[in-house]
Amino acid sequence: MKATLQSDVQPTNLTVRGAKRPSRLPIWHWLGVLPFFIFSALFLIGPTLVLAYRSLEDPDGGLSFVNYLQLTNPTVINAYSLSIRVSLTTAILGGLIGFLVAWAVSIGGLPRPFRSLTTTFSGVASNFAGVPLAAAFIFTLGRVGVVTALFELLGVDLYGTGFSLYSYTGLVLVYLYFQIPLMVLVILPALDGLKREWREAAENLGATPVQYWLHVALPVLIPSILGTMILLFGNAFGAHATAYALTGGLFNLATLLIGQQISGDVLHNPGLGFAVAMGMVIIMGVSITIYSILQRRSERWLR
Amino acid sequence: MTVSTAPVPVAANASGTTQTTTRRNRLWALVIYILTALYFLLPLAATFYWSLRAERGTLGFEAYRRLFEDANFLPSFSQSIVNAIIAIVISLVIIVPTAYWVTLRLPKLRPVVEFITLLPFVIPAVVLSLALIILYSRPPLLLTRTYESSRVLLVCVYAALSFPYMFRAVDNGLRAMDVRALTEAAQSLGAGWPTILFRVIFPNLRVALISGALLTFAIVIGELTIALFMAQRTLGPYMANLTRSKVYEPSAMAIVAFAITWAAMGIIQLIGRGQQGSIGGGH
Repeated sequence: MKATLQSDVQPTNLTVRGAKRPSRLPIWHWLGVLPFFIFSALFLIGPTLVLAYRSLEDPDGGLSFVNYLQLTNPTVINAYSLSIRVSLTTAILGGLIGFLVAWAVSIGGLPRPFRSLTTTFSGVASNFAGVPLAAAFIFTLGRVGVVTALFELLGVDLYGTGFSLYSYTGLVLVYLYFQIPLMVLVILPALDGLKREWREAAENLGATPVQYWLHVALPVLIPSILGTMILLFGNAFGAHATAYALTGGLFNLATLLIGQQISGDVLHNPGLGFAVAMGMVIIMGVSITIYSILQRRSERWLR
Repeated sequence: MTVSTAPVPVAANASGTTQTTTRRNRLWALVIYILTALYFLLPLAATFYWSLRAERGTLGFEAYRRLFEDANFLPSFSQSIVNAIIAIVISLVIIVPTAYWVTLRLPKLRPVVEFITLLPFVIPAVVLSLALIILYSRPPLLLTRTYESSRVLLVCVYAALSFPYMFRAVDNGLRAMDVRALTEAAQSLGAGWPTILFRVIFPNLRVALISGALLTFAIVIGELTIALFMAQRTLGPYMANLTRSKVYEPSAMAIVAFAITWAAMGIIQLIGRGQQGSIGGGH
Protein backbone atom coordinates (compact mmCIF):
# COMPACT_ATOMS: atom_id res chain seq x y z
CA MET A 1 0.00 0.00 0.00
CA LYS A 2 2.72 2.34 1.01
CA ALA A 3 4.65 1.62 -2.16
CA THR A 4 1.68 2.40 -4.39
CA LEU A 5 1.07 5.55 -2.48
CA GLN A 6 4.58 6.73 -2.96
CA SER A 7 4.65 5.91 -6.64
CA ASP A 8 1.34 7.69 -6.94
CA VAL A 9 2.74 10.87 -5.51
CA GLN A 10 5.24 11.52 -8.26
CA PRO A 11 2.94 11.14 -11.26
CA THR A 12 0.41 13.38 -9.54
CA ASN A 13 3.06 15.96 -9.02
CA LEU A 14 4.04 15.69 -12.65
CA THR A 15 0.49 15.98 -13.91
CA VAL A 16 -0.05 19.04 -11.77
CA ARG A 17 3.00 20.61 -13.27
CA GLY A 18 2.05 19.30 -16.70
CA ALA A 19 -1.47 20.66 -16.42
CA LYS A 20 -0.15 24.08 -15.57
CA ARG A 21 1.88 24.25 -18.73
CA PRO A 22 -0.69 24.77 -21.46
CA SER A 23 -3.05 27.02 -19.51
CA ARG A 24 -0.77 29.29 -17.51
CA LEU A 25 2.49 29.50 -19.37
CA PRO A 26 4.47 32.25 -17.70
CA ILE A 27 5.11 35.05 -20.13
CA TRP A 28 8.86 34.51 -20.06
CA HIS A 29 8.39 31.09 -21.62
CA TRP A 30 7.28 32.85 -24.74
CA LEU A 31 10.20 35.22 -24.50
CA GLY A 32 12.43 32.30 -25.45
CA VAL A 33 10.82 31.97 -28.87
CA LEU A 34 9.75 35.57 -29.38
CA PRO A 35 13.04 36.79 -30.91
CA PHE A 36 12.82 33.99 -33.45
CA PHE A 37 9.37 35.02 -34.60
CA ILE A 38 10.17 38.73 -34.66
CA PHE A 39 13.36 38.14 -36.61
CA SER A 40 11.73 35.80 -39.11
CA ALA A 41 8.88 38.26 -39.55
CA LEU A 42 11.28 41.14 -40.20
CA PHE A 43 13.70 39.45 -42.59
CA LEU A 44 11.91 36.49 -44.20
CA ILE A 45 8.13 36.57 -43.90
CA GLY A 46 7.50 40.30 -43.91
CA PRO A 47 9.47 41.11 -47.06
CA THR A 48 7.92 38.16 -48.89
CA LEU A 49 4.39 39.19 -47.90
CA VAL A 50 5.05 42.75 -49.05
CA LEU A 51 6.39 41.35 -52.33
CA ALA A 52 3.26 39.19 -52.69
CA TYR A 53 1.05 42.19 -52.00
CA ARG A 54 2.89 44.42 -54.48
CA SER A 55 2.68 41.70 -57.14
CA LEU A 56 -1.11 41.87 -56.83
CA GLU A 57 -1.22 45.63 -57.30
CA ASP A 58 -2.19 47.00 -60.69
CA PRO A 59 -0.61 50.25 -61.93
CA ASP A 60 -3.47 52.29 -60.45
CA GLY A 61 -3.01 50.77 -57.02
CA GLY A 62 -6.01 48.42 -57.09
CA LEU A 63 -5.78 44.71 -56.40
CA SER A 64 -5.79 42.47 -59.45
CA PHE A 65 -4.07 39.59 -61.18
CA VAL A 66 -3.03 41.79 -64.06
CA ASN A 67 0.68 41.29 -63.36
CA TYR A 68 0.30 37.54 -63.30
CA LEU A 69 -1.59 37.61 -66.60
CA GLN A 70 1.43 39.35 -68.11
CA LEU A 71 3.69 36.42 -67.20
CA THR A 72 2.96 35.20 -70.73
CA ASN A 73 5.32 37.93 -71.94
CA PRO A 74 7.88 36.14 -74.21
CA THR A 75 10.90 37.34 -72.17
CA VAL A 76 9.38 35.91 -69.02
CA ILE A 77 8.28 32.67 -70.67
CA ASN A 78 11.75 32.16 -72.15
CA ALA A 79 13.45 32.83 -68.82
CA TYR A 80 11.18 30.48 -66.93
CA SER A 81 11.46 27.77 -69.55
CA LEU A 82 15.26 27.91 -69.65
CA SER A 83 15.39 27.87 -65.84
CA ILE A 84 13.04 24.91 -65.72
CA ARG A 85 14.98 23.04 -68.41
CA VAL A 86 18.33 23.57 -66.69
CA SER A 87 16.87 22.60 -63.33
CA LEU A 88 15.13 19.49 -64.66
CA THR A 89 18.21 18.32 -66.54
CA THR A 90 20.56 18.85 -63.62
CA ALA A 91 18.07 17.32 -61.18
CA ILE A 92 17.70 14.15 -63.25
CA LEU A 93 21.37 13.84 -64.24
CA GLY A 94 22.62 14.90 -60.83
CA GLY A 95 20.13 12.57 -59.20
CA LEU A 96 21.18 9.57 -61.28
CA ILE A 97 24.92 10.18 -60.97
CA GLY A 98 24.63 11.02 -57.28
CA PHE A 99 22.64 7.85 -56.70
CA LEU A 100 25.27 5.77 -58.48
CA VAL A 101 28.07 7.36 -56.44
CA ALA A 102 26.16 6.79 -53.20
CA TRP A 103 25.57 3.20 -54.27
CA ALA A 104 29.26 2.76 -55.13
CA VAL A 105 30.48 3.87 -51.70
CA SER A 106 27.83 2.00 -49.72
CA ILE A 107 26.39 -1.15 -51.26
CA GLY A 108 28.86 -1.22 -54.15
CA GLY A 109 31.50 -2.43 -51.76
CA LEU A 110 34.24 0.20 -52.11
CA PRO A 111 36.53 0.29 -49.06
CA ARG A 112 35.41 2.37 -46.10
CA PRO A 113 37.79 5.35 -46.61
CA PHE A 114 36.13 6.06 -49.97
CA ARG A 115 32.90 6.68 -48.17
CA SER A 116 34.11 9.17 -45.57
CA LEU A 117 36.16 10.97 -48.21
CA THR A 118 33.07 11.18 -50.40
CA THR A 119 30.79 12.54 -47.69
CA THR A 120 33.32 15.17 -46.64
CA PHE A 121 33.98 16.18 -50.23
CA SER A 122 30.23 16.28 -50.92
CA GLY A 123 29.78 18.60 -47.96
CA VAL A 124 32.42 20.87 -49.44
CA ALA A 125 31.28 20.68 -53.07
CA SER A 126 27.59 21.19 -52.29
CA ASN A 127 28.61 24.43 -50.58
CA PHE A 128 31.27 25.38 -53.10
CA ALA A 129 29.05 27.40 -55.38
CA GLY A 130 28.79 30.92 -56.65
CA VAL A 131 31.76 32.87 -57.95
CA PRO A 132 34.58 30.41 -57.11
CA LEU A 133 32.73 27.57 -58.82
CA ALA A 134 32.09 29.64 -61.93
CA ALA A 135 35.74 30.72 -61.94
CA ALA A 136 36.95 27.12 -61.61
CA PHE A 137 34.94 26.11 -64.67
CA ILE A 138 36.11 29.11 -66.65
CA PHE A 139 39.69 27.97 -66.02
CA THR A 140 38.74 24.44 -67.04
CA LEU A 141 36.32 24.71 -69.95
CA GLY A 142 36.37 28.41 -70.79
CA ARG A 143 37.87 29.60 -74.07
CA VAL A 144 41.39 29.35 -72.65
CA GLY A 145 40.63 26.69 -70.08
CA VAL A 146 42.96 23.79 -69.41
CA VAL A 147 40.63 21.11 -70.76
CA THR A 148 39.82 23.23 -73.81
CA ALA A 149 43.57 23.49 -74.41
CA LEU A 150 43.98 19.72 -73.96
CA PHE A 151 41.30 19.13 -76.59
CA GLU A 152 43.15 21.50 -78.87
CA LEU A 153 46.33 19.43 -78.46
CA LEU A 154 44.28 16.43 -79.57
CA GLY A 155 43.16 18.40 -82.61
CA VAL A 156 39.63 19.13 -81.41
CA ASP A 157 38.49 22.73 -81.35
CA LEU A 158 35.93 22.48 -78.56
CA TYR A 159 34.38 25.89 -79.19
CA GLY A 160 34.41 25.16 -82.93
CA THR A 161 32.08 22.22 -82.34
CA GLY A 162 29.46 24.56 -80.94
CA PHE A 163 30.25 23.92 -77.28
CA SER A 164 30.26 26.90 -74.98
CA LEU A 165 30.57 27.13 -71.23
CA TYR A 166 28.26 30.13 -71.37
CA SER A 167 25.35 28.15 -72.80
CA TYR A 168 22.70 25.74 -71.62
CA THR A 169 25.15 22.80 -71.80
CA GLY A 170 27.81 24.74 -69.95
CA LEU A 171 25.43 25.77 -67.23
CA VAL A 172 24.30 22.15 -66.79
CA LEU A 173 27.93 21.03 -66.46
CA VAL A 174 28.60 23.68 -63.81
CA TYR A 175 25.40 23.10 -61.83
CA LEU A 176 26.09 19.36 -61.63
CA TYR A 177 29.07 20.26 -59.47
CA PHE A 178 26.76 21.12 -56.57
CA GLN A 179 23.81 18.93 -57.59
CA ILE A 180 25.60 15.55 -57.52
CA PRO A 181 27.07 16.04 -54.01
CA LEU A 182 23.71 17.15 -52.64
CA MET A 183 22.13 13.97 -54.02
CA VAL A 184 24.90 11.89 -52.46
CA LEU A 185 24.41 13.51 -49.05
CA VAL A 186 20.64 13.10 -49.00
CA ILE A 187 20.39 9.64 -50.57
CA LEU A 188 23.19 7.88 -48.65
CA PRO A 189 21.17 7.51 -45.44
CA ALA A 190 18.31 6.06 -47.52
CA LEU A 191 20.63 3.47 -49.07
CA ASP A 192 21.91 2.64 -45.59
CA GLY A 193 18.31 2.02 -44.59
CA LEU A 194 17.99 -0.92 -46.99
CA LYS A 195 18.04 -3.88 -44.68
CA ARG A 196 20.38 -6.75 -45.29
CA GLU A 197 17.60 -9.18 -44.37
CA TRP A 198 15.50 -8.04 -47.33
CA ARG A 199 18.27 -8.92 -49.73
CA GLU A 200 18.92 -12.24 -48.03
CA ALA A 201 15.23 -13.07 -47.98
CA ALA A 202 14.94 -12.24 -51.68
CA GLU A 203 17.98 -14.36 -52.51
CA ASN A 204 16.76 -17.27 -50.45
CA LEU A 205 13.51 -17.13 -52.37
CA GLY A 206 15.54 -17.36 -55.56
CA ALA A 207 15.44 -13.75 -56.71
CA THR A 208 18.14 -12.52 -59.07
CA PRO A 209 19.91 -9.23 -58.21
CA VAL A 210 17.83 -7.52 -60.92
CA GLN A 211 14.61 -8.86 -59.42
CA TYR A 212 15.74 -7.80 -55.96
CA TRP A 213 16.36 -4.24 -57.17
CA LEU A 214 13.17 -4.02 -59.23
CA HIS A 215 10.80 -5.53 -56.69
CA VAL A 216 12.35 -4.78 -53.30
CA ALA A 217 15.01 -2.08 -53.19
CA LEU A 218 13.74 0.42 -55.75
CA PRO A 219 10.11 0.48 -54.56
CA VAL A 220 11.43 1.31 -51.09
CA LEU A 221 13.86 3.91 -52.42
CA ILE A 222 11.68 5.58 -55.06
CA PRO A 223 10.08 8.15 -52.73
CA SER A 224 13.55 9.17 -51.52
CA ILE A 225 15.02 9.32 -55.00
CA LEU A 226 12.13 11.29 -56.46
CA GLY A 227 11.93 13.55 -53.44
CA THR A 228 15.62 14.34 -53.57
CA MET A 229 15.47 15.00 -57.31
CA ILE A 230 12.71 17.52 -56.62
CA LEU A 231 14.94 19.07 -53.97
CA LEU A 232 17.70 19.29 -56.59
CA PHE A 233 15.26 20.91 -58.99
CA GLY A 234 14.55 23.65 -56.47
CA ASN A 235 18.24 23.95 -55.68
CA ALA A 236 19.04 24.74 -59.32
CA PHE A 237 15.90 26.75 -59.99
CA GLY A 238 16.70 29.28 -57.25
CA ALA A 239 20.42 29.47 -58.05
CA HIS A 240 21.58 32.95 -58.98
CA ALA A 241 25.18 33.55 -57.91
CA THR A 242 26.80 30.82 -60.03
CA ALA A 243 24.97 31.80 -63.20
CA TYR A 244 25.59 35.48 -62.53
CA ALA A 245 29.33 34.94 -62.08
CA LEU A 246 29.51 32.74 -65.17
CA THR A 247 27.58 34.92 -67.57
CA GLY A 248 27.78 38.38 -66.02
CA GLY A 249 24.05 38.25 -65.34
CA LEU A 250 23.08 38.49 -68.98
CA PHE A 251 21.84 34.95 -69.50
CA ASN A 252 18.09 34.50 -69.81
CA LEU A 253 17.40 32.60 -66.58
CA ALA A 254 14.51 33.48 -64.28
CA THR A 255 16.81 34.38 -61.38
CA LEU A 256 19.02 36.52 -63.62
CA LEU A 257 15.93 38.21 -65.08
CA ILE A 258 14.86 39.21 -61.57
CA GLY A 259 18.40 40.45 -60.95
CA GLN A 260 18.28 42.60 -64.10
CA GLN A 261 14.85 43.82 -63.05
CA ILE A 262 16.25 44.95 -59.67
CA SER A 263 19.18 46.81 -61.20
CA GLY A 264 17.45 48.26 -64.24
CA ASP A 265 13.73 47.46 -64.66
CA VAL A 266 14.39 45.58 -67.92
CA LEU A 267 10.76 44.50 -68.08
CA HIS A 268 9.68 48.17 -67.96
CA ASN A 269 7.06 47.16 -65.42
CA PRO A 270 7.94 46.76 -61.74
CA GLY A 271 4.69 44.93 -61.04
CA LEU A 272 5.55 42.27 -63.59
CA GLY A 273 8.94 41.85 -61.92
CA PHE A 274 7.20 41.23 -58.60
CA ALA A 275 4.95 38.64 -60.25
CA VAL A 276 7.96 36.87 -61.82
CA ALA A 277 9.59 36.73 -58.37
CA MET A 278 6.43 35.44 -56.70
CA GLY A 279 6.10 32.81 -59.44
CA MET A 280 9.52 31.53 -58.40
CA VAL A 281 8.48 31.43 -54.74
CA ILE A 282 5.39 29.42 -55.69
CA ILE A 283 7.38 26.92 -57.76
CA MET A 284 9.98 26.57 -54.98
CA GLY A 285 7.26 26.18 -52.36
CA VAL A 286 5.58 23.41 -54.34
CA SER A 287 8.91 21.58 -54.83
CA ILE A 288 9.90 21.79 -51.17
CA THR A 289 6.43 20.63 -50.10
CA ILE A 290 6.51 17.59 -52.39
CA TYR A 291 10.04 16.88 -51.19
CA SER A 292 9.06 16.87 -47.52
CA ILE A 293 5.98 14.73 -48.17
CA LEU A 294 8.02 12.14 -50.07
CA GLN A 295 10.80 12.26 -47.49
CA ARG A 296 8.29 11.58 -44.72
CA ARG A 297 6.85 8.68 -46.67
CA SER A 298 10.25 7.08 -47.22
CA GLU A 299 11.04 7.34 -43.51
CA ARG A 300 8.36 4.76 -42.81
CA TRP A 301 10.47 2.06 -44.44
CA LEU A 302 13.95 3.32 -43.92
CA ARG A 303 14.09 3.89 -40.18
CA MET B 1 27.37 -17.49 -36.21
CA THR B 2 23.74 -18.40 -36.67
CA VAL B 3 22.62 -21.73 -38.03
CA SER B 4 21.05 -21.41 -41.43
CA THR B 5 17.68 -23.05 -41.76
CA ALA B 6 17.84 -23.03 -45.54
CA PRO B 7 18.74 -26.26 -47.35
CA VAL B 8 22.47 -26.51 -47.79
CA PRO B 9 22.71 -26.56 -51.61
CA VAL B 10 20.53 -23.50 -51.99
CA ALA B 11 22.53 -21.61 -49.40
CA ALA B 12 25.80 -22.52 -51.09
CA ASN B 13 24.41 -21.50 -54.44
CA ALA B 14 23.16 -18.20 -53.08
CA SER B 15 26.47 -17.31 -51.47
CA GLY B 16 28.23 -18.31 -54.70
CA THR B 17 26.22 -15.86 -56.83
CA THR B 18 26.53 -13.28 -54.11
CA GLN B 19 30.29 -13.50 -54.30
CA THR B 20 30.44 -13.03 -58.08
CA THR B 21 27.92 -10.19 -57.94
CA THR B 22 29.94 -8.61 -55.15
CA ARG B 23 33.06 -8.71 -57.29
CA ARG B 24 31.26 -7.39 -60.36
CA ASN B 25 29.58 -4.72 -58.25
CA ARG B 26 32.90 -3.58 -56.87
CA LEU B 27 34.29 -3.21 -60.38
CA TRP B 28 31.31 -1.10 -61.46
CA ALA B 29 31.53 0.91 -58.26
CA LEU B 30 35.18 1.64 -58.99
CA VAL B 31 34.45 2.70 -62.59
CA ILE B 32 31.64 5.03 -61.47
CA TYR B 33 33.78 6.42 -58.70
CA ILE B 34 36.78 7.15 -60.91
CA LEU B 35 34.70 8.85 -63.62
CA THR B 36 32.90 11.08 -61.11
CA ALA B 37 36.10 11.83 -59.25
CA LEU B 38 37.59 12.96 -62.57
CA TYR B 39 34.70 15.36 -63.13
CA PHE B 40 35.10 16.79 -59.63
CA LEU B 41 38.89 16.99 -59.52
CA LEU B 42 39.57 18.33 -63.03
CA PRO B 43 38.18 21.84 -62.39
CA LEU B 44 40.14 22.03 -59.16
CA ALA B 45 43.34 20.82 -60.78
CA ALA B 46 42.90 23.17 -63.75
CA THR B 47 42.23 26.13 -61.48
CA PHE B 48 45.23 25.30 -59.31
CA TYR B 49 47.41 24.99 -62.41
CA TRP B 50 46.27 28.42 -63.65
CA SER B 51 46.92 29.92 -60.23
CA LEU B 52 50.58 28.88 -60.49
CA ARG B 53 51.15 30.36 -63.93
CA ALA B 54 51.01 34.08 -63.23
CA GLU B 55 54.76 34.47 -63.69
CA ARG B 56 55.87 33.92 -67.25
CA GLY B 57 57.89 30.78 -67.80
CA THR B 58 57.79 29.34 -64.29
CA LEU B 59 55.26 27.92 -61.87
CA GLY B 60 54.93 29.85 -58.64
CA PHE B 61 52.65 31.57 -56.18
CA GLU B 62 52.74 34.97 -57.86
CA ALA B 63 48.95 35.00 -58.38
CA TYR B 64 48.38 34.49 -54.64
CA ARG B 65 50.83 37.27 -53.81
CA ARG B 66 49.04 39.63 -56.18
CA LEU B 67 45.68 38.63 -54.77
CA PHE B 68 46.70 39.34 -51.18
CA GLU B 69 48.34 42.60 -52.21
CA ASP B 70 45.26 43.81 -54.03
CA ALA B 71 44.07 46.89 -52.16
CA ASN B 72 40.47 45.67 -52.16
CA PHE B 73 40.99 42.03 -51.22
CA LEU B 74 41.76 42.19 -47.51
CA PRO B 75 39.19 44.90 -46.71
CA SER B 76 36.38 42.96 -48.39
CA PHE B 77 37.61 39.68 -46.92
CA SER B 78 37.73 41.07 -43.39
CA GLN B 79 34.36 42.74 -43.84
CA SER B 80 32.89 39.39 -44.86
CA ILE B 81 34.48 37.67 -41.88
CA VAL B 82 33.06 40.25 -39.48
CA ASN B 83 29.63 39.96 -41.14
CA ALA B 84 29.75 36.18 -40.86
CA ILE B 85 30.74 36.23 -37.19
CA ILE B 86 28.01 38.70 -36.23
CA ALA B 87 25.44 36.69 -38.22
CA ILE B 88 26.54 33.51 -36.42
CA VAL B 89 26.23 35.15 -33.01
CA ILE B 90 22.75 36.52 -33.81
CA SER B 91 21.68 33.16 -35.16
CA LEU B 92 22.95 31.31 -32.08
CA VAL B 93 21.33 33.74 -29.67
CA ILE B 94 18.00 33.31 -31.46
CA ILE B 95 18.03 29.63 -32.38
CA VAL B 96 19.39 28.01 -29.20
CA PRO B 97 16.58 29.24 -26.92
CA THR B 98 14.02 28.59 -29.65
CA ALA B 99 15.12 24.99 -30.22
CA TYR B 100 15.37 24.45 -26.46
CA TRP B 101 11.92 25.82 -25.69
CA VAL B 102 10.36 24.00 -28.62
CA THR B 103 11.85 20.74 -27.39
CA LEU B 104 11.04 21.21 -23.75
CA ARG B 105 8.19 23.61 -23.17
CA LEU B 106 6.31 24.38 -26.36
CA PRO B 107 6.30 21.22 -28.49
CA LYS B 108 3.10 22.43 -30.16
CA LEU B 109 5.09 25.19 -31.81
CA ARG B 110 7.51 22.76 -33.43
CA PRO B 111 5.74 22.45 -36.82
CA VAL B 112 5.47 26.24 -37.07
CA VAL B 113 9.14 26.74 -36.23
CA GLU B 114 10.19 24.00 -38.64
CA PHE B 115 8.10 25.57 -41.38
CA ILE B 116 9.68 28.97 -40.85
CA THR B 117 13.20 27.55 -40.84
CA LEU B 118 12.43 26.04 -44.25
CA LEU B 119 11.62 29.45 -45.76
CA PRO B 120 15.20 30.28 -46.82
CA PHE B 121 15.00 27.26 -49.12
CA VAL B 122 11.68 28.40 -50.55
CA ILE B 123 12.60 32.04 -51.18
CA PRO B 124 15.50 32.26 -53.65
CA ALA B 125 18.18 34.75 -52.62
CA VAL B 126 17.50 36.99 -55.59
CA VAL B 127 13.78 37.09 -54.79
CA LEU B 128 14.55 37.84 -51.16
CA SER B 129 16.80 40.68 -52.30
CA LEU B 130 13.95 42.17 -54.32
CA ALA B 131 11.56 41.74 -51.40
CA LEU B 132 14.00 43.37 -48.97
CA ILE B 133 14.51 46.31 -51.30
CA ILE B 134 10.75 46.87 -51.54
CA LEU B 135 10.28 46.75 -47.78
CA TYR B 136 13.40 48.56 -46.60
CA SER B 137 13.96 51.24 -49.21
CA ARG B 138 11.27 53.59 -47.98
CA PRO B 139 10.13 54.93 -44.63
CA PRO B 140 9.21 53.80 -42.02
CA LEU B 141 11.77 51.02 -42.43
CA LEU B 142 14.36 52.87 -44.48
CA LEU B 143 17.51 50.78 -44.18
CA THR B 144 19.06 50.77 -47.64
CA ARG B 145 20.02 54.44 -47.73
CA THR B 146 23.48 54.35 -46.21
CA TYR B 147 26.20 51.75 -46.59
CA GLU B 148 26.25 50.99 -42.88
CA SER B 149 22.49 50.54 -42.51
CA SER B 150 22.45 48.27 -45.57
CA ARG B 151 25.20 46.30 -43.92
CA VAL B 152 23.10 45.86 -40.78
CA LEU B 153 20.26 44.62 -42.97
CA LEU B 154 22.60 42.23 -44.80
CA VAL B 155 23.94 40.73 -41.58
CA CYS B 156 20.44 40.23 -40.18
CA VAL B 157 19.35 38.53 -43.41
CA TYR B 158 22.41 36.27 -43.25
CA ALA B 159 21.43 35.28 -39.71
CA ALA B 160 17.91 34.47 -40.95
CA LEU B 161 19.33 32.46 -43.86
CA SER B 162 21.33 30.35 -41.41
CA PHE B 163 18.19 29.36 -39.45
CA PRO B 164 17.63 26.07 -41.35
CA TYR B 165 21.18 24.88 -40.71
CA MET B 166 21.45 26.21 -37.19
CA PHE B 167 18.04 24.94 -36.12
CA ARG B 168 18.66 21.46 -37.50
CA ALA B 169 22.10 21.26 -35.91
CA VAL B 170 20.90 22.43 -32.49
CA ASP B 171 17.73 20.34 -32.69
CA ASN B 172 19.75 17.19 -33.48
CA GLY B 173 22.07 18.02 -30.61
CA LEU B 174 19.16 18.45 -28.21
CA ARG B 175 17.55 15.20 -29.31
CA ALA B 176 20.79 13.33 -28.78
CA MET B 177 21.03 14.28 -25.12
CA ASP B 178 17.55 13.98 -23.52
CA VAL B 179 17.06 17.60 -22.52
CA ARG B 180 14.10 16.86 -20.29
CA ALA B 181 15.93 14.39 -18.07
CA LEU B 182 18.98 16.65 -17.82
CA THR B 183 16.87 19.70 -17.04
CA GLU B 184 14.84 17.92 -14.39
CA ALA B 185 17.95 16.39 -12.84
CA ALA B 186 19.54 19.83 -12.65
CA GLN B 187 16.36 21.35 -11.25
CA SER B 188 16.04 18.69 -8.56
CA LEU B 189 19.62 19.48 -7.53
CA GLY B 190 18.54 23.07 -7.09
CA ALA B 191 19.97 24.61 -10.23
CA GLY B 192 18.39 27.78 -11.59
CA TRP B 193 17.78 28.47 -15.28
CA PRO B 194 21.06 30.25 -15.98
CA THR B 195 22.97 27.35 -14.43
CA ILE B 196 20.98 24.84 -16.44
CA LEU B 197 21.58 26.67 -19.70
CA PHE B 198 25.24 27.50 -19.28
CA ARG B 199 26.51 24.53 -17.30
CA VAL B 200 24.30 21.70 -18.52
CA ILE B 201 22.81 22.42 -21.92
CA PHE B 202 25.55 24.39 -23.69
CA PRO B 203 28.44 22.03 -22.87
CA ASN B 204 26.40 19.15 -24.25
CA LEU B 205 25.57 21.13 -27.36
CA ARG B 206 29.13 22.13 -28.16
CA VAL B 207 29.47 19.96 -31.27
CA ALA B 208 26.09 21.04 -32.63
CA LEU B 209 26.82 24.73 -32.01
CA ILE B 210 30.23 24.58 -33.69
CA SER B 211 28.82 22.66 -36.67
CA GLY B 212 26.00 25.14 -37.14
CA ALA B 213 28.40 28.05 -36.81
CA LEU B 214 30.92 26.68 -39.31
CA LEU B 215 28.25 25.79 -41.84
CA THR B 216 26.84 29.30 -41.56
CA PHE B 217 30.34 30.68 -42.01
CA ALA B 218 30.93 28.61 -45.15
CA ILE B 219 27.67 29.78 -46.69
CA VAL B 220 27.88 33.43 -45.71
CA ILE B 221 31.55 34.20 -46.31
CA GLY B 222 31.38 34.34 -50.12
CA GLU B 223 27.68 35.13 -50.52
CA LEU B 224 27.13 37.10 -53.70
CA THR B 225 23.50 37.73 -54.53
CA ILE B 226 22.16 39.68 -51.56
CA ALA B 227 25.46 41.50 -50.97
CA LEU B 228 25.40 42.56 -54.62
CA PHE B 229 21.94 44.10 -54.44
CA MET B 230 22.70 45.71 -51.08
CA ALA B 231 25.71 47.28 -52.84
CA GLN B 232 28.12 45.88 -50.24
CA ARG B 233 31.88 45.66 -50.73
CA THR B 234 32.14 42.14 -49.34
CA LEU B 235 33.98 39.11 -50.66
CA GLY B 236 31.22 37.87 -53.00
CA PRO B 237 30.91 41.00 -55.16
CA TYR B 238 34.68 41.48 -54.97
CA MET B 239 35.26 37.98 -56.35
CA ALA B 240 32.69 38.48 -59.12
CA ASN B 241 34.42 41.70 -60.10
CA LEU B 242 37.85 40.07 -60.00
CA THR B 243 36.70 37.24 -62.27
CA ARG B 244 35.77 39.80 -64.88
CA SER B 245 38.78 42.09 -64.58
CA LYS B 246 41.85 39.94 -63.89
CA VAL B 247 43.43 36.92 -65.54
CA TYR B 248 45.32 34.91 -62.90
CA GLU B 249 44.09 36.25 -59.57
CA PRO B 250 40.61 34.68 -59.86
CA SER B 251 42.19 31.23 -59.93
CA ALA B 252 44.12 31.92 -56.73
CA MET B 253 40.94 33.28 -55.21
CA ALA B 254 38.91 30.21 -56.18
CA ILE B 255 41.53 27.98 -54.56
CA VAL B 256 41.49 30.09 -51.38
CA ALA B 257 37.67 29.94 -51.31
CA PHE B 258 37.77 26.20 -51.80
CA ALA B 259 40.27 25.85 -48.97
CA ILE B 260 38.04 27.87 -46.64
CA THR B 261 34.99 25.74 -47.45
CA TRP B 262 37.07 22.60 -47.07
CA ALA B 263 38.40 23.74 -43.69
CA ALA B 264 34.92 24.51 -42.38
CA MET B 265 33.49 21.18 -43.56
CA GLY B 266 36.55 19.26 -42.43
CA ILE B 267 36.26 20.58 -38.89
CA ILE B 268 32.54 19.77 -38.82
CA GLN B 269 33.28 16.22 -39.94
CA LEU B 270 36.10 15.92 -37.42
CA ILE B 271 34.23 17.08 -34.35
CA GLY B 272 30.95 15.42 -35.23
CA ARG B 273 32.00 11.96 -36.30
CA GLY B 274 29.03 9.80 -37.08
CA GLN B 275 26.64 12.71 -37.31
CA GLN B 276 24.95 13.35 -40.59
CA GLY B 277 26.63 15.69 -43.03
CA SER B 278 25.57 19.12 -43.97
CA ILE B 279 23.19 20.02 -46.70
CA GLY B 280 24.05 23.17 -48.48
CA GLY B 281 22.42 25.98 -50.29
CA GLY B 282 22.96 29.50 -51.47
CA HIS B 283 24.06 29.05 -55.04
